[in-house]
Amino acid sequence: MTQPTENRGKANRKLMGRLLVVVAVMFGFGFALVPFYEKICEVTGIRNVFQPDAAAAQSTQVDATRNVSVEFDANTQRLPWTFKPLQASVSVHPGEVTQIVYEVRNTLERPVTGQAVPSYSPQQAALYFRKMECFCFRQQTLAPGEARRLPVVFVIDPKLPPELNTVTLSYTFFEVNGARGSGG
Amino acid sequence: MSAVIDSGHAHDEHAHGPYGGVMRWVTTTNHKDIGTLYLWFSFTMFLVGGMLALAIRAELFQPGLQFWHPEFFNQLTTMHGLIMVFGAIMPAFVGFANWQVPMMIGAPDMAFARLNNWSFWMLPVAATLLVGSFFVPGGASAAGWTIYAPLSTQMGPGMDLAIFALHIMGASSIMGSINIITTILNMRAPGMTLIRMPLFVWTWLITAYLLIAVMPVLAGAITMLLTDRHFGTSFFNAAGGGDPVMFQHIFWFFGHPEVYIMILPGFGIISQVIPAFSRKPLFGYSSMVYATASIAVLSFIVWAHHMFTVGMPTAGILFFMYATVLIAVPTGVKVFNWLTTMWRGSMSFETPMLFAVGFIFVFTMGGFTGLILAIMPIDIQLQDTYYVVAHFHYVLVAGSLFSLFAGFYFWVPKWTGRMYDEKLGKWHFWLSIIFFNVTFFPMHFLGLAGMPRRIPDYALQFAGFNEIASIGAFAFGLSQILFLWIALKVTVLGRGEEAGQRPWDGADTLEWTHLPSPAPYHSFHEQPVLG
Repeated sequence: MTQPTENRGKANRKLMGRLLVVVAVMFGFGFALVPFYEKICEVTGIRNVFQPDAAAAQSTQVDATRNVSVEFDANTQRLPWTFKPLQASVSVHPGEVTQIVYEVRNTLERPVTGQAVPSYSPQQAALYFRKMECFCFRQQTLAPGEARRLPVVFVIDPKLPPELNTVTLSYTFFEVNGARGSGG
Repeated sequence: MSAVIDSGHAHDEHAHGPYGGVMRWVTTTNHKDIGTLYLWFSFTMFLVGGMLALAIRAELFQPGLQFWHPEFFNQLTTMHGLIMVFGAIMPAFVGFANWQVPMMIGAPDMAFARLNNWSFWMLPVAATLLVGSFFVPGGASAAGWTIYAPLSTQMGPGMDLAIFALHIMGASSIMGSINIITTILNMRAPGMTLIRMPLFVWTWLITAYLLIAVMPVLAGAITMLLTDRHFGTSFFNAAGGGDPVMFQHIFWFFGHPEVYIMILPGFGIISQVIPAFSRKPLFGYSSMVYATASIAVLSFIVWAHHMFTVGMPTAGILFFMYATVLIAVPTGVKVFNWLTTMWRGSMSFETPMLFAVGFIFVFTMGGFTGLILAIMPIDIQLQDTYYVVAHFHYVLVAGSLFSLFAGFYFWVPKWTGRMYDEKLGKWHFWLSIIFFNVTFFPMHFLGLAGMPRRIPDYALQFAGFNEIASIGAFAFGLSQILFLWIALKVTVLGRGEEAGQRPWDGADTLEWTHLPSPAPYHSFHEQPVLG
């Protein structure tokens, strides 16, 4: 043996320490992939649900020859808020800028921050549904018992395929940091 | 030469040898005992996973639903994958590392002997959780071995058990890898520089680095799954602002290095066997080391070729496609080096060599179908078809598994001091390679014709090839019972003619040149000095 046993044991433990650091860093790296992935999606424009749609300004050409029925839907997930659209549906011309209002009320005795996430039905319609203003672009913090009216300004792109006559816009409100909150 | 080893144990408190009975195996810190435990554990899991595979093939023998509900069929495919990957192939290679790495580098044992015991004994616990998940309400996980969200965020408690099992197996792999790296870097015999290490040791060093780099990422991904399932987070829940596609990215960031974790030690075994039976030194030793390292590095930047159809920017798809095709270069270097090692060698074809040559032949076919799948426009057609199933069974069964068989037949004379039954070994090889191809070759045609994977029923035009594949699968499975008998005969029963210190005249690594057969319980307490 070239090196005494105790020296080797020390060297082994030192190397083990370094390797454990690698393990810890890579465990963190797995979680770091989450914001990294979101950033990539944002930069490449794959998933920009939290940004206003810029293209809306150009398509002001209103197509008065057809009507599209836009239906509104509201859900909450593990969040005791009441959340509903003030109108169930509106009939719009493609290209016409429309504003509608949702109402949300915090039924809890504590302030709660929520985030709404939109989805569309049929899925195809998502490409043509442009929101210029939406409460879903930022988090909403409601004081205990507070009610708030939340507007959505949108326009349906006139390029909407002619076979689509009805589009549903659905929102789901989630509590931010829902895991740690006591509500539910 | 062996006299160096047998003497000088008087001052060693373990010189009396192992404890008797069961406690020998529970408390053992001896690398050879732990290697044996790993190998028997992995073979047991191989049989369990194999039975699940036969249950799959029985259902697919003809169209329509014969034996299983579709839900249970999905559990079968999922558990077959998880058990074979994490229960059979990976622990088997760790078993070889335990037996061979200390002997091949002239070390007395692994660096952390007690940690080694722990690494192993976590595995039966994980296996119990995994297999036991069949019996919880809702059954075992049925989301595929890739446990994609959102399926995996919605399933019953079987999924939780699978997640815990993966956590434990991952921890075991990480501990094992730390042990292997430390052993290789700190405990080599004097004179054995890194660039003189046998290639099996090199491939395991690189594999162990891959393991400590990616197993924690898997642990992170399944932790996110667990918190999504139970603690209200939304990493992968689209309705909560998460993204199920992100799971695929994180999973395959682990998953692609993982497939090389399952083949690189196999390359190492083949690189020991081919020179020994060609009676020539390995051609291009340093290029083999560099090729292995290149494969390992490239494995980190190709993960998204598993997900060409999820919707990626074209630039991204092209990057992953070209990077994937690039891997063919170092892999090609390896294959050509093996062929050149055999070129004009004085070859003989005992069972280890048969498996090694069979490996090169069949693994290369799997490599080529991999290249075809790497081409994005073709992959979009073949994604999730039986072509993919054929591809990864060609590299995992004919690749990893055949290399494990080659390694077993090669080293078992050193482990037991006895020769395996050569006649039965040859039978095992020919039955395995023939029925392997009967099973999986038709799957290429099924995939090209459009048969999707992970389905219990299929359209009538696929019936013929499925019938052939099922017959092949049952014959392949039965051939492995022959292997069980060969292994029992030479190990537990201790039958077979005595193997000398160096039964393979072309093998020249330390365990053959410096140790008797069977290798003593404590070897290299006095490290050999290499000139």
